[in-house]
Amino acid sequence: MNAPTLTMDVRRFGETTAVVDIRGEVTAACEPVLMSAYEAAGGTATSRLVLNFGGLEYMNSGGIGMLVTLLVRANRQRQQLAAYGLSEHYREIFELTRLDEAITIYDSEESALHGVVR
Amino acid sequence: MTETAGPDKVATADQIGLSAREAAARPPDTAPPRDAASWARKVDRLEVDHRSGVRGTNVAGRRLTGPVQGFGKMWQKTYRMDAGPQITPEQAIATWREHFPEFWPKGNRFAGALTGINPGDVALLDLAIGGGVKLSTGVFVLYADAESFTLMTPQGHMFAGWITFSAERADDTTMVQAQVLMRANDPLYEIAMTLGGHRKEDKFWAATLTALGHRLGLPDPKVEARSTCVDSKRQWRHSRNIWHNSMVRSVLQTISAPLVGLSRLARGMNSRTNG
Repeated sequence: MNAPTLTMDVRRFGETTAVVDIRGEVTAACEPVLMSAYEAAGGTATSRLVLNFGGLEYMNSGGIGMLVTLLVRANRQRQQLAAYGLSEHYREIFELTRLDEAITIYDSEESALHGVVR
Repeated sequence: MTETAGPDKVATADQIGLSAREAAARPPDTAPPRDAASWARKVDRLEVDHRSGVRGTNVAGRRLTGPVQGFGKMWQKTYRMDAGPQITPEQAIATWREHFPEFWPKGNRFAGALTGINPGDVALLDLAIGGGVKLSTGVFVLYADAESFTLMTPQGHMFAGWITFSAERADDTTMVQAQVLMRANDPLYEIAMTLGGHRKEDKFWAATLTALGHRLGLPDPKVEARSTCVDSKRQWRHSRNIWHNSMVRSVLQTISAPLVGLSRLARGMNSRTNG
């Protein structure tokens, strides 16, 4: 199996909000990386998790499936998921798969943070 | 290189200023990403052409449904088969895409495009559900590349979700896999899945993979199945999906078919008499 080419960095905004910067290729093979980032970002106090897709270079259908399992985990912890930085192409994929009905998409980090907080 | 995020990767908001944050949200590239040709174009509602050999109902005008829109518990089911060292992942997927309907178990029909499985295609299905009734529904080709393809279901299908067929090199062999990520679409389907539907589906995909294995030249294909309940909660807000239930509609369509046929015949005779 090829090694996943994905990095995720976590930035915290206070006690309740975290941003995950996603860079590289999102495929099913990257599940350990995503879940590890989720663990780092999703402490019990975290109620808002923002995914930054500005560095997304490639995503296949396995990657979308992985986001669904992330969504389930977040819902279980009563955490809200938001996203920003999606190109038009990836925004259309979110709409096509109707993932945008569960993960709110914003145009920028500021609006994602503000929108989620609001 | 694999890089795992962990506590050492965590930075505070103060450590990263606004400009860096905005820089992280890279503006969209003008060049299309390399997965662009693999994804279907966005559709709001499905459009279908007539396909011979299937009833072709319960698909046109329907919306696609992912696991987010389903009702029942969420399951991830994985069916894997060792295709041997001689077959490459690309060969396995090319064969699967080209001959997909031929691998379906007897009594079930998959009427796709003549060119095989391609992003954006809509295939019509007639599935045997017993009692001489065929469940008419369809699937949408969400994604297809050289090593995988994914089908997504419309409203009314037994489940809301997608099935990804993939192949990969593992050690010195090629592993072929079908993976379903799904929720039963409505309460009626959830009951049906609990009362044997899951077992029937397991048999269906095991038979499909076995047929693929024979086509790939395997003398005795072995399929491993694994099911994981990803979310045990039911989404009651989606219970109204039952309005689109293709099983109920297919039964009604089967029962009413003779009456519809007689009505058409009568209309035809009237028009000939009057004309």
